Amino acid sequence: MRARLAGALAPVLALMPAPAFAAALEGEAQRQPINWVAIAMFVAFVGLTLWITKAAAARTRTASDFYTAGGGISGFQNGLAMAGDYMSAASFLGISAQIFTDGYDGLIYSTGFLVGWPILLFLMAERLRNLGRFTFADVASYRFAQPPVRSFAAISTLLVVSFYLIAQMVGAGQLIKLLFGLPYAVAVVIVGALMMLYVLFGGMRATTWVQIIKAVLLLGGASFMALMVLAQFGFSLEALFARAVEVKSAAAQAAGATPVEAAAKGRAIMAPGGFIKDPVSAISFGLALMLGTAGLPHILMRFFTVPDAKEARKSVLWATGWIGYFYILTFIIGFGAIILVGTDAGYKMADGTLRGGGNMAAIHLAHAVGGNAFLGFISAVAFATILAVVAGLTLSAASAVSHDLYATVLKQGRANSADELRVSRITTLALGALAVLLGLVFEKQNVAFMVSLAFALAASGNFPVLILSLLWSGCTTRGAAWGGTIGLLTAFVLTLLSPAVWTTTFGLGLAPFPYSSAAIFSVPAGFIAIWLISRLDRSPRAAVDEAGYPAQRVRAETGIGAFAASDH
Amino acid sequence: MTQEAGRTDEALIAAVGADPRYIELVARRARLGWWLSAIIFAAFVGYLALIAFDKALLGMPIGDGVTSIGIPIGLGLILLAIALTGLYVAYANRHHDAQMAAILKDHGA
Repeated sequence: MRARLAGALAPVLALMPAPAFAAALEGEAQRQPINWVAIAMFVAFVGLTLWITKAAAARTRTASDFYTAGGGISGFQNGLAMAGDYMSAASFLGISAQIFTDGYDGLIYSTGFLVGWPILLFLMAERLRNLGRFTFADVASYRFAQPPVRSFAAISTLLVVSFYLIAQMVGAGQLIKLLFGLPYAVAVVIVGALMMLYVLFGGMRATTWVQIIKAVLLLGGASFMALMVLAQFGFSLEALFARAVEVKSAAAQAAGATPVEAAAKGRAIMAPGGFIKDPVSAISFGLALMLGTAGLPHILMRFFTVPDAKEARKSVLWATGWIGYFYILTFIIGFGAIILVGTDAGYKMADGTLRGGGNMAAIHLAHAVGGNAFLGFISAVAFATILAVVAGLTLSAASAVSHDLYATVLKQGRANSADELRVSRITTLALGALAVLLGLVFEKQNVAFMVSLAFALAASGNFPVLILSLLWSGCTTRGAAWGGTIGLLTAFVLTLLSPAVWTTTFGLGLAPFPYSSAAIFSVPAGFIAIWLISRLDRSPRAAVDEAGYPAQRVRAETGIGAFAASDH
Repeated sequence: MTQEAGRTDEALIAAVGADPRYIELVARRARLGWWLSAIIFAAFVGYLALIAFDKALLGMPIGDGVTSIGIPIGLGLILLAIALTGLYVAYANRHHDAQMAAILKDHGA
């Protein structure tokens, strides 16, 4: 994947938190012959989830049903759904492809994607559940004047979701072209239509089950692959790694390297490569991943689907466990692919690259360990994965518009449940149409930066606002709304000025901002702006905001007055 | 909403908020949260710093094998994240919840 990028930019671009997109979206995906097994399995998955959506639709009457599945999801189910929401096709195909090419480097992504979860638990999970009802804006604006903070949170949600969604749509189109042999436009329309169906009719209940089923299928499929790989090496990781090093050395020697060089190239897969060159980008990238996870609106929203703080806590433990397990499997799958796919000419083109493009390592490995039927299964799971992620994103954006903007800001809390639901459904339709449109427009673009932008925005806007409104009594309405906006803007502008956008996407030459991730500057910018504006705030409202802190704190810590599961 | 025994939420909140046992418990819980956050934060930033400044160290083989010490460190970070969340949940389930329930019960919540 990186060989294709301009040499100087390679380490910078490789830092982007979505390697699959980086590769899948470079237009290297070739359309494959129509894969009937995969299509049949996918149709079975869609049939099952639509049937669940129908059942969920019958039980979706109130706003609470729509936004939070009535709050009746258990911690275990919610943990699986969170994992299903978070384990994207990008991490499965992208990280295994990264390991297939560079070995160890793939593990760095995995750790970055995981470390935000414990922080989310330790500082926020219980308090979120105790204060929130439908959206994270409920928490962020708890003791503040509603319109400014809600508007900030809604805009931030729409921004984060839009960028994430475009990347998913483009990724979906490319992957489906690759896996199923369907044309790009058909694939994008299918994804958009299904996502609308789940959210429109089934709301959070259907979305949750789509995510749970997908998580189980993906974890099951990946476990099977890792097991089949390990079984060939007597369940010894050392034997697996040793063989992978041999394969890489032999390949280097066949390509004309001297025996000494070849041995070094083989051993290189056991160490970090050229991946993180400058420390600023490294730390910045880490911050965006870690803190962004704790600010993603569709992840935060999942905390309101459980009945109480205890179940919220368990959700994170299950999510962290499943996601961590999944990344360990991916690591084994990547090394398995080096050996079983890398040495088999049947999976390669005449020029030695993988058939179907760089992201196909895990898919070819599925064929190597389980034949055509299992290849179809894994392809179908990869598609299902995208559906689960886009449904969750759409639901959180629809909630931001209907609950935060319409019901709270526009109607000042006097909207009735039916009107609110209607607005969220109209938003869902609009968003679905927009997602399809943008997916078609961006087909040829490298949209990898959009995923990194979504994480940076969440880390620089939502995360500081949540942390300071929850934990600092001095935070005021003005501080949260304007400080959060400054954090968002800083992340946005710096990303536009970064090499991935300025140079690669727009071709404007040397980028004014030299680092790949803005987080190391924009996260502190968000925190400092909120602190400073709150400190300087002498408005009458500021006194009300500060006076509201003690009561908010007790509610956040104890759950007194928390919205109950049955509350409509 | 919890409005039992004729008490409003506000009165209950004020009473609980002033209870020294509550103040003590919340401080202890916050300390645990911040410590665990600091541990995972430091571990991850330290890992990134190692990658940025000393790649060769992570690539050193363990004993006579090919497995490098970067492997247990990277996988260990994943396991650390899971272990710390497990620790927090176990501690909260065993101690915090029961103590908070006892305090709330005393205030008639």
